[in-house]
Amino acid sequence: MKKIISGNEAIALGFTDFGGVFASGYPGTPSTETLEEVARHGKVYCEWAPNEKVALESAIGASIAGGRTIATMKHVGVNVAADALMTLTQTGVNAGLILMVSDDPGMHSSQNEQDSRNYAKFAKVPMLDPSDSQEAYDFVKAGFEISEQFDTPLMLRTTTRISHAKGIVEQQEKIEPQIRDLDKNVPKYVMLPNFGRIKHAEIEERLLRLKEFAETSPLNRVELKDTELGIITCGVAYHHVKETYPNASILKLGMVHPLPENKIREFASKVDRLMIVEELDGIFEEQIRAMGINVDVGKDKISFCGEVNTDIIRSAAEDQPVATGTAPVEGLPQRPPVFCPSCAHRGLFTILSKLKVFVSGDIGCYTLGALPPMGAMHTCIDMGASISAAHGIAKVNEMAGGREKPVAVIGDSTFFHSGMTGLLSMAYNTGNALVIIMDNRTTGMTGGQENPGTGKTLQGLPARQVEIAPLVKALGIDNVVELDAYDLKATEAAIKKGLETPGPYVLIDKNPCILRYKIRKPAMTVETDKCTGCRACLRVACMALGLTGSGDKQTVRVDPNICNGCGVCTQMCKFDAMHELEGANNANL
Amino acid sequence: MQIFNIVIAGVGGQGVLMASKVLSESALASGMDVKQNEVHGMAQRGGSVISFVRIGDQVSSPVVMPGTADLLISFEPLEALRYSHYLKPGGRLVYNKVTINPSTVAAGLAIYPADVEQQIDAVCTEALGIDALSIAREAGNGKAVNMVMVGTVMKQLPITEEVITAVVKQLSQGKGREVNLKALAGGAAA
Repeated sequence: MKKIISGNEAIALGFTDFGGVFASGYPGTPSTETLEEVARHGKVYCEWAPNEKVALESAIGASIAGGRTIATMKHVGVNVAADALMTLTQTGVNAGLILMVSDDPGMHSSQNEQDSRNYAKFAKVPMLDPSDSQEAYDFVKAGFEISEQFDTPLMLRTTTRISHAKGIVEQQEKIEPQIRDLDKNVPKYVMLPNFGRIKHAEIEERLLRLKEFAETSPLNRVELKDTELGIITCGVAYHHVKETYPNASILKLGMVHPLPENKIREFASKVDRLMIVEELDGIFEEQIRAMGINVDVGKDKISFCGEVNTDIIRSAAEDQPVATGTAPVEGLPQRPPVFCPSCAHRGLFTILSKLKVFVSGDIGCYTLGALPPMGAMHTCIDMGASISAAHGIAKVNEMAGGREKPVAVIGDSTFFHSGMTGLLSMAYNTGNALVIIMDNRTTGMTGGQENPGTGKTLQGLPARQVEIAPLVKALGIDNVVELDAYDLKATEAAIKKGLETPGPYVLIDKNPCILRYKIRKPAMTVETDKCTGCRACLRVACMALGLTGSGDKQTVRVDPNICNGCGVCTQMCKFDAMHELEGANNANL
Repeated sequence: MQIFNIVIAGVGGQGVLMASKVLSESALASGMDVKQNEVHGMAQRGGSVISFVRIGDQVSSPVVMPGTADLLISFEPLEALRYSHYLKPGGRLVYNKVTINPSTVAAGLAIYPADVEQQIDAVCTEALGIDALSIAREAGNGKAVNMVMVGTVMKQLPITEEVITAVVKQLSQGKGREVNLKALAGGAAA
């Protein structure tokens, strides 16, 4: 049967169809839907781990116990899991193990655009790079086979345009899950130096065998047509190349590490001009040039930054400026993502903005607090860094003298992921920061996934629900106070108290995510004759608000279709002009 | 058949992705090749959203390039203008006339162009604006704006109305099914 599904859905389907038994991961755009889809199938065990390292380690255990397994994460998640990966490559596997990693060229929803192909090279593991949903599905099968045949973890890499693009997939014959014997093998899995040394030699030898495999595998395909131009490419760039030059010769690499040197050499010898089209780093190009092969067009013409497209490919191949096409209309107001109407983060950042404190931020919806008009976040580095960075800031602030205590803001899921260890350090090392944990009981920015605080597993089963306050106390923090970020006055008072009190101080807001838990409240309205147009309420940056009228007579209007009645804006009004709208039929968004 | 390029634009939360799903499932049900692609990351409401649907005998790239869209469907006027350069010369634009303030306007940092409809007409001679929110409300739910928009463009697609209607029926459940079908029909009559 044919289906139209995304690359993520295709990988989930492949995992279910090709004998997968254990899936783990941590949500991260654009990888998230993969595990959600495995859960939706309801046929295979799957779970959210608190972070990517735990996910990969659990997958390692599943493989040793004899079950085919996948760990899913976004590109930066591999940084967290890298400790496990770099030794996993030495131990190898029992049942097939796939590490699915989703890159985000163009940074549609990421803090950097690292190219995960570097990890395959670094860890000396095979990597497959599908170009569409059908391949994403097929490569799961190939991936398990390669992993088991070569006793290696295998990385399956997608990019945003694979993970989130939908194409037609035809299912193959299914493979029933089989659980192998538990592998009790000390020299294979205990990486003491003595065993590790043997293993290192083995992975070098394995890489040579994988290279041989890459030479003949149908995963790497030559499409020989017009030999004037030959293009080596992979992933979605392959389809952009086909769209641009339907008649060009193409060497399409489905296996992007290790490279098939002889195949590349032969292809290069058959074409007049050799071009390499790869998004992000010049990983093929570097290796191909090192083989002594002349590359006519590559990273000298195609940027290391962002995605490629047909215009970029044409301009590089023909040495022309990139076609501009029709230009977008200029001067339009931007429409960046924003806190949802009635999100609890709005109240918090309204006050943080007012107090002009230094805010060490983190990864989550609340990162939007950095945008105007709030501008109330001054760092966002990686998961958990809010707390650890605030600790470092506080230490140097003390040395500098005369500086205010820094504030860290972090969400529940990020706190479980890697905020806890930073807080432990702050308690242990006599730190002095105010930490605000926005515990909205979901992993919000990735679409509302379960986590150890939600009381449910990925598969919807009841789970033990961790409470953050006792956890924080157990880490060694004495001052732990509850916060209600919808109450601006109380929030301001609580933050001031936290700033004045010496030592680590933790505030926890427990208002749930209105989007995840579908919370609906009646809309607000403005009494136009009382509104002076002072714009104080607009500082809360809510899309339900806007100015109406012109010149000096501008007043604020609340869009009843959008307002969700949190009342944060009404607390900004000094003229008592904002009230609940009677009989409001609210929230169309 | 030549590839038919559709761009769907709107504001996060308006149901752009569901509309894209209806169109791509309908293309599949009609025996055509199709690629659909949207960029979604942040789950919050309020950001600008764009989605591509490409239909044809064989479709390679999932991305519609500026200047190549046969049809732009926008759920909001400002977004219609923002992505109007995706239209090819002579391409059609259908948009919902109900405005939603961007956060930049709501915060008083920018001004929503009062002449947005005139600006749309200036960049696209084939533009049609409808009040999709009213039609959706008449159908029973203001959230059905996406189905109204699909209904409005049905006649311009290389897919039959019967297939689209069947797909909407199949993809929606319970009370929502009736509302969606009404919204689709309401859009078609607009």
